Amino acid sequence: MKKLWKGNEAIAEAAIAGGCRYFFGYPITPQNEIPEYMSWRLAEEGGAFIQAESEVSAINMVYGAAGAGARAMTSSSSPGISLKQEGISYLAGAEVPCVIVNMMRGGPGLGGIQPAQGDYFQAVKGGGHGDYHCIVYAPGNIQEFVDVMYDAFDVADKYRNPVMLIGDGMIGQMMEAVEIPEYKDLNKLPPKPWASQGHNGGVQRLINSIKIDPNDLEDHNHRLFKKYAEIEANEVKYEEYLTEDAEIVFVAYGSVARICKAAINELREEGIKVGMLRPITIYPFPKKPLAALAEKANVKKFLTVELSMGQMVEDVRLSVNGKKPVDFYGRCGGVVMMPADLVKYVKEGK
Amino acid sequence: MKVIISGFGGQGVLSLGKFISYSAIEQDFNTSWLPSYGPEMRGGTSNVSVIFDKNEIAAPVIDHPDILIAMNDPSLAKFEDTVKPGGYIITNSNIVKLPVTRKDVTVYEVPVDDLAEKINKRGGNIIMLGMLLPIFKEISEESAINAIKHVFEAKPKVIEPNIQCLKEGIAYMQNLMK
Repeated sequence: MKKLWKGNEAIAEAAIAGGCRYFFGYPITPQNEIPEYMSWRLAEEGGAFIQAESEVSAINMVYGAAGAGARAMTSSSSPGISLKQEGISYLAGAEVPCVIVNMMRGGPGLGGIQPAQGDYFQAVKGGGHGDYHCIVYAPGNIQEFVDVMYDAFDVADKYRNPVMLIGDGMIGQMMEAVEIPEYKDLNKLPPKPWASQGHNGGVQRLINSIKIDPNDLEDHNHRLFKKYAEIEANEVKYEEYLTEDAEIVFVAYGSVARICKAAINELREEGIKVGMLRPITIYPFPKKPLAALAEKANVKKFLTVELSMGQMVEDVRLSVNGKKPVDFYGRCGGVVMMPADLVKYVKEGK
Repeated sequence: MKVIISGFGGQGVLSLGKFISYSAIEQDFNTSWLPSYGPEMRGGTSNVSVIFDKNEIAAPVIDHPDILIAMNDPSLAKFEDTVKPGGYIITNSNIVKLPVTRKDVTVYEVPVDDLAEKINKRGGNIIMLGMLLPIFKEISEESAINAIKHVFEAKPKVIEPNIQCLKEGIAYMQNLMK
């Protein structure tokens, strides 16, 4: 049954439904409802919540718990995610599955606390050091956040890779009617033969990310990239909206895509042919569907809309590969565009 | 239906929005409740954008509300110009001293605090909820009562006074609309 949930709390409950039993975090606005909720709720499920002394510590606690085979997660907002990057690189290097949530706020630096999308590069182009990728989802509403979170641990386990979910203060703070799926049975999850479970007579294993021999490390990188190729082949998720006959195709993710949708509906009422491609995964990025749209005769141009100075627009341009113009509209610093701003922008540009 | 509610922290602005959303889901509407958060709230105005619709809600942000509820002067000053022509502005006239200058909207200036004083001092926002129902038309008194019962589940003593506030609000608005 659908109930009214605040975004952050729904995400926390969906994580538990998806099997999360360990949460390690450090407070930061606008995601505090996630740790707050976990702090009492995980105890009910026999799990554990720790408010660590810092973000660096929290992500390393995730490394430890997930390395022992548990479903563990952390959440933070932009500056806190920056602090976690060393740990995320280690988790990716050691192939330890976990889930990380970033409810983005305006930056750079301590920045502000209002909604922003300035962490796109950080999320999809590495963030930490070395060659690696997190699988990154950017859901568009609370229900989609819940559904993605619900399966996020399965995806992380399947590829032995960190999964990141990015949203913003708007998604985290708002309420909508959502349905939490049925709780997963933790006893029915696939075994983790790689996990370090030496306690109480189990098999002792060492998990680390150090490979001193350059040849070993190069092989390891090649193996990781074979995995990323598989992820790129299997895990791309996106939604197309009214693209059939669209002359202008918006490209936007997360809550911004909703504002675009409202603008598109208004423009359509006036007979202006606009549509949207909304990436749900931003790594892997929906390159092929964008390239296919770029080939279509009806598509005259793309308009990337972001709460940043222009980050995803680079991936859109790479995908479109010069076949059609790619325009950009962005607001930043926590300022959120209104549908009317986009309607005006499109009409003036025509 | 798109509603912006705005006022000081403590006037029950955010919770009035919640009551609308809870009432709306009782009748299978989609609903979104988007609060202001952060520095805007500290000492300034707090506001919430509430939408309910049978269709999918695209943007949770509202550029032109059908209804503005202004519980203080800064709220009226900030949002008056944004209200859709033909829409409604309801002010708490015990607090709001600025005149409403728009001529293309329906204006109700209501002494909400005085009305609440007689029934339940803290029920001003529920009186507002009641006043909204005749404007909404699509949300029943029963749904609003269920929402009140749901929100105050842990405090059963306050349910009845709040239902009284709701009924007072409905009657007051029906009278104004005559």
